Amino acid sequence: MAHHDLLPRQYVILGLVAVCAPLGDSCLSRGMTGLPAITLAHPATLIAAVFTPWIALGIALLIGFFASYLTALSWADLTFVLPATAFGNVIVALLSRFWLHEAISLERWAGIVLITLGVGFVAQGPSLTVRPASVAELPASQAREEQVR
Amino acid sequence: MTIPASVSATGFWAATAMIAAIILCSTAGEVFTAAAMKSVGDLDEIRARSGLKGAIRAVLTCPLFFAGVSFLALAFFSLLFALNHLNLSLVAPASASLTLVTNAIAGKIFLKENVDRRRWSAAVLVCIGVYLLAH
Repeated sequence: MAHHDLLPRQYVILGLVAVCAPLGDSCLSRGMTGLPAITLAHPATLIAAVFTPWIALGIALLIGFFASYLTALSWADLTFVLPATAFGNVIVALLSRFWLHEAISLERWAGIVLITLGVGFVAQGPSLTVRPASVAELPASQAREEQVR
Repeated sequence: MTIPASVSATGFWAATAMIAAIILCSTAGEVFTAAAMKSVGDLDEIRARSGLKGAIRAVLTCPLFFAGVSFLALAFFSLLFALNHLNLSLVAPASASLTLVTNAIAGKIFLKENVDRRRWSAAVLVCIGVYLLAH
C-alpha cells in the first residue's frame, strides 16, 4: 500500500486534472455548436473545426489536462484518478454559482453532494493499490515455487 | 420519461451509437494509457533523475502509450461528432458517468487494480452525481 499520503505537488496535479478537463470540454461545446451540421460523408470538416478559436482553446486546455493526467497515472490507480476528473464538474458548477451568479437547481446541489462524497470515499483510501505479483515478476526461486503450486 | 429534443431529431439508436462509441474508445484509451504509465514508473522521479526530456522520452518510447493515445483520439473525434448532433447536457453526463463505471470494471479486469467496496461506491456515487449535475 504505497503512496498512501499525497504530496502537495501531487494535489496540484490532481487539481489541474480536475479543472482543465471540464473547462476544455465547455470550450469544445461552444465551438462545435457554432458550426454547421457535420455529416459522416464529409469527415474532413471535423479536421477543419480543430483550427477554429474555441476548439483550439479547448484543445490547449485538454493538452494541459492530459499532461497532468499522465503524471497522476504514473503514481496512482486509474480508479483513483478518475473521480478527481469528475470533481472538476463540481468546481465548474460552484464557479458558475458564486462567480457568474447562475441559479443551481436542487438536483444539481444533490449531484454536487454525491460527487463530493464519492471523491471523499476514494481520497480516504490508498492512491495506489498492491497488485498480485505475476510469476514473471517474482525472483527466480519464488517463481519456481509458484509454478510447482 | 421524455426524450431530449436533440435525441428525437437525431434518432434514439444513432444517439446511443454515438455515446457508446465515446464510452468504448475512451475506456480502451484510458486503460492502455494507465497501463503505459504504470510500466513507465513515477514521472516525477524520472524527471528529477533525467530531466523533462528524459520523462518525455520515457513516455514516448512506450508502445502502450501510443495505443492509448490512438483510442483517446478516436474518443475525441467521436465526442466532436456527437456534440455536433446532440446537446452537451446529454453527451457530457451520459458519456462521463458511464465511462466511470466501465473504467472501474476495466481497471479491475485488465489493470488488476484492487477495486474494493469503497471504490465501487465512489464510482456509483460520482456516476449518479455527474448525471444529476449536468442534467
